[in-house]
Amino acid sequence: MGQQDIKPQSFQEIILRLQNYWAQMGCAVLQPYDMEVGAGTFHPATTLRSLGSNPWAAAYVQPSRRPTDGRYGENPNRLQHYYQYQVLIKPSPPNLQDLYLGSLRAIGIDMDLHDIRFVEDDWESPTLGAWGLGWEVWCDGMEVSQFTYFQQVGGYDCKPVSGELTYGLERLAMYILGVDHVMDMPYNAPDALIPLTYGDVFKQTEEEYARWNFDVANTDVLLRHFEEAEEECKTILDQAHVDPKTGKRIVMAHPAYDQCIKASHLFNLLDARGVISVTERQAYIGRVRALAKLCADAFVQTRAGGWTSEGDVA
Amino acid sequence: MPDLLIELFSEEIPARMQTRASEDLKKLVTDGLVEAGLTYAGAHALSTPRRLTLAIDGLLAQSPDTREERKGPKVGAPDKAIEGFLRGAGLTRDQLEERETPKGPVYFALIEKKGRPAADIIAEVLENTIRNFPWPKSMRWGTGSLKWVRPLHSILCILSDEAGHEVVPLDVDGIASGNSTEGHRFMGSGRFSVTSFEDYETKLKANKVVLNPQDRADHIWEDAKNAAFAQGLEIVEDMGLLKEVAGLVEWPVVLMGDIADDFIALPPEVLQTSMREHQKFFSVRNPKTDRIEKFVTVANRETADNGATILAGNQKVLFARLADAKFFWENDLRVAEAGAAPWLSSLENVTFHNKLGTQGARIERIAALAAAVAPAVGADAAVAGAAARWAKADLSSEMVYEFPELQGLMGKYYAGPAGHSLDVANAALEHYSPLGPSDDVPSAPVSVAVALADKLDTLTGFWAIDEKPTGSKDPFALRRAALGVIRLVLENGLRVELDKLFDAQLLRHEISLTDDAALRVALMKDLDREIADHGVFGAAIRTLLDHFDGDLSKQLEAVKTSLPDASDDLLSFFHDRLKVYLKDQGIRHDVIDACLAMPKNDDLTLLVNRATALAAFLKTDDGENLLQGFKRANNILAQAEEKDGVEYSYGADVKFAEDDSEKALFAALDTAETAIKPAMETEDFATAMTAMASLRAPIDAFFEAVQINSDNEIIRRNRLNLLSRIRQICLSVADLNKVEG
Repeated sequence: MGQQDIKPQSFQEIILRLQNYWAQMGCAVLQPYDMEVGAGTFHPATTLRSLGSNPWAAAYVQPSRRPTDGRYGENPNRLQHYYQYQVLIKPSPPNLQDLYLGSLRAIGIDMDLHDIRFVEDDWESPTLGAWGLGWEVWCDGMEVSQFTYFQQVGGYDCKPVSGELTYGLERLAMYILGVDHVMDMPYNAPDALIPLTYGDVFKQTEEEYARWNFDVANTDVLLRHFEEAEEECKTILDQAHVDPKTGKRIVMAHPAYDQCIKASHLFNLLDARGVISVTERQAYIGRVRALAKLCADAFVQTRAGGWTSEGDVA
Repeated sequence: MPDLLIELFSEEIPARMQTRASEDLKKLVTDGLVEAGLTYAGAHALSTPRRLTLAIDGLLAQSPDTREERKGPKVGAPDKAIEGFLRGAGLTRDQLEERETPKGPVYFALIEKKGRPAADIIAEVLENTIRNFPWPKSMRWGTGSLKWVRPLHSILCILSDEAGHEVVPLDVDGIASGNSTEGHRFMGSGRFSVTSFEDYETKLKANKVVLNPQDRADHIWEDAKNAAFAQGLEIVEDMGLLKEVAGLVEWPVVLMGDIADDFIALPPEVLQTSMREHQKFFSVRNPKTDRIEKFVTVANRETADNGATILAGNQKVLFARLADAKFFWENDLRVAEAGAAPWLSSLENVTFHNKLGTQGARIERIAALAAAVAPAVGADAAVAGAAARWAKADLSSEMVYEFPELQGLMGKYYAGPAGHSLDVANAALEHYSPLGPSDDVPSAPVSVAVALADKLDTLTGFWAIDEKPTGSKDPFALRRAALGVIRLVLENGLRVELDKLFDAQLLRHEISLTDDAALRVALMKDLDREIADHGVFGAAIRTLLDHFDGDLSKQLEAVKTSLPDASDDLLSFFHDRLKVYLKDQGIRHDVIDACLAMPKNDDLTLLVNRATALAAFLKTDDGENLLQGFKRANNILAQAEEKDGVEYSYGADVKFAEDDSEKALFAALDTAETAIKPAMETEDFATAMTAMASLRAPIDAFFEAVQINSDNEIIRRNRLNLLSRIRQICLSVADLNKVEG
């Protein structure tokens, strides 16, 4: 009897099974990016690595924050902090749909009883200057994943094309575990020495962050930080490609991209504080997109981004 | 004769694109085949979420040999001309034939082409079709450069006849054609090969794929209807959804589930919209209560538990969705019951269009216009203004934020709790109408006032900033808005002078664009008072501009110069739309032109009454002949006036009449004039035109008996002046010069 025939018991078991599955399928299992992001796509392992010609295969959990979705831990389905599971494979393999379905089996979804559907959903990230075509994947009418073939990132055509899978972990786990309120979901095994629910781990932080996000975060400070991150990003990218100290060619795409991520999250916080008007909104998104574009420009100038020169062939 | 079967098998094709794509496949392939000389007996296009299929029967086994003779340049023509001809014909000079013609010796080319086997042609045409397929959106995948709607996995392409079948070999970006395909993603049993269309369809069915989208739709509809009927319920018809759902499944299985009692009290439209948009569920109504009580979902497979797990999952998702909808509904009701002030004030900060200001400013303008137009439509001005202010309030509600398509309807639901009358509630829903040409036109006076004001504000606004529709581009649906105004006016028989409404609203736009808020309020107030006291232009604008002398923003300066032009231009846009509209009603464009040339042509009801009467008049014998008589009179008169350099418009006197027919015409003109004048005053065009028709016989008799250009200059002038009376009378009804024939 394979592991997939036994239903998982907890949130963490679902994550562990996904990690194992994608490791077996040959992905590098990475760790979450150590910065606040709105979605797994922002991890440089996706955004930057989908650029250029080098092959890539990575899977990771990414804690994600969407301040406007905070509900003080009271809404059964909405959280300001949640987890996404992200897989990026470049070039997209021809059997990516089958690989994906295999991952659903691995986490205990019996394909003979459930109705899995690929429903058109084109993906676009105005802040990243990125778009792709694909589907939202439905299991019995519920969206459990996003499945996207990246066409453009940071204004660059993706060649080759990356296939991206994003699982909304809480929602998926709640369904598999048959839980109606996210806070009631077992985080570790219910028969563990100290069984913990999702609520035991996150209820308090949801409350604290909801209050801070909506009412307390100092908007002047956030605004200043936004400007500073924007400034720093540009300053980093203005540096000469050759480091004067070591004489090496070091294009600092990643440090600059960190500032872009920062700006994006600060914008989300400002948005949650309700200080950004409809017209300003577009302008802020445009500013973050401009940074993302600059970072993409820089990344394709690096070796990881496929850059080569006579003196510097990988 | 062989049959051809093509299947392009890919990852899931968006439902909304499938029908069009299968038709495109049919058209591109059959066009290509016919172009190459391969004719066929029949072709049909089919599709499922994962495949486009084309079956062509009775195809020629090879294209016929062709023989074409082409005439070329003269013998001895410049080399360049001859070389060009050779290139076009694909021949060399020694293959040309010289022939004598009446114009001397000329080169002739005889181009003979051998027929080609069908397979060669099909391979070419299909590859070309795949590479240039008109998907609305397409993508690359992996390392390839081929574009398809989603990754293309296999190409099935076989020619079959009594003797057997063969694969038509082709290779598109590494995808080689073959004779095999797959069935249902989960219920099929792997790849299988096929020998003909019948074999293909049968094996697909055995592998749980219903190939024909219409069969899938019929199956869903029948099963859903029966399931509902068995419980005394009925499915809410939704053909768009049916088509979409049929494009989401290869093996449809209908499942009916319950809506939890908590949600049955939500407005039925909310339930329906939430279920359709988010879950693609059909709504199931209880005809006794008129409530939505159950839903139907369509799964893509059979299961051992007869769909129990699938249904439970769907029900759970629906519960979460409807819990959201209920949350929005209850929050909105709370806001509405407290008077909805936050909705209205938040619209102050929402941009309608970056050159036309906020929704708040827009609402104020619409309210002013609705109040102004109210008396003409039989509504109370204060109620119309209040209705206009309420009409857009629901744009701030949570429900409309979630489901934009419920705008108007939610305004109607929330109006009562917010303390508004039924008239105001109905106007919230109806003021968006009519949207399409077949949409019902509201007739309740308050709804009509707000609907007119809303559309006219949009039209004048985009005219003020010079963003008019051009060619096929009409991003703000201004043609639709104008047609909406036309139908509102005509179908309600309204008497409004559009020109004045345009002027006033253009002025309101200019005012609401001024940057200074205090100035804006003062201007708007003054404007309303001045319009009430003095009418629209002239006095009002002068008073207004004097009042703010030296304090005018640049926008107001612009009023003086650009506004009258914009207003005229907008009226002529309306006239163009009206012509299109009346043409569909069978009224000729020249008849409309004849009426447009008359005064008060911004009163569309008057205009159309006139045009209808004229069209009917011209269909009668008298009408047609009178028109000829008028034209004859007018031509003679025009020539004489041109020659003499004077206008004959005075004093035809019966005492200079020589002929009896001339005297009779005098009498007839007198009689007609006495009848036409009062008829025109009461806009009784039919009577006026009947009177005009009575001139036909006397005019005909007059022309029969009398020579206009008499040697006696006095008599000639008198006759010309008589013709002038004919002209004057005829032109008082419509500009008959514009009528053709």
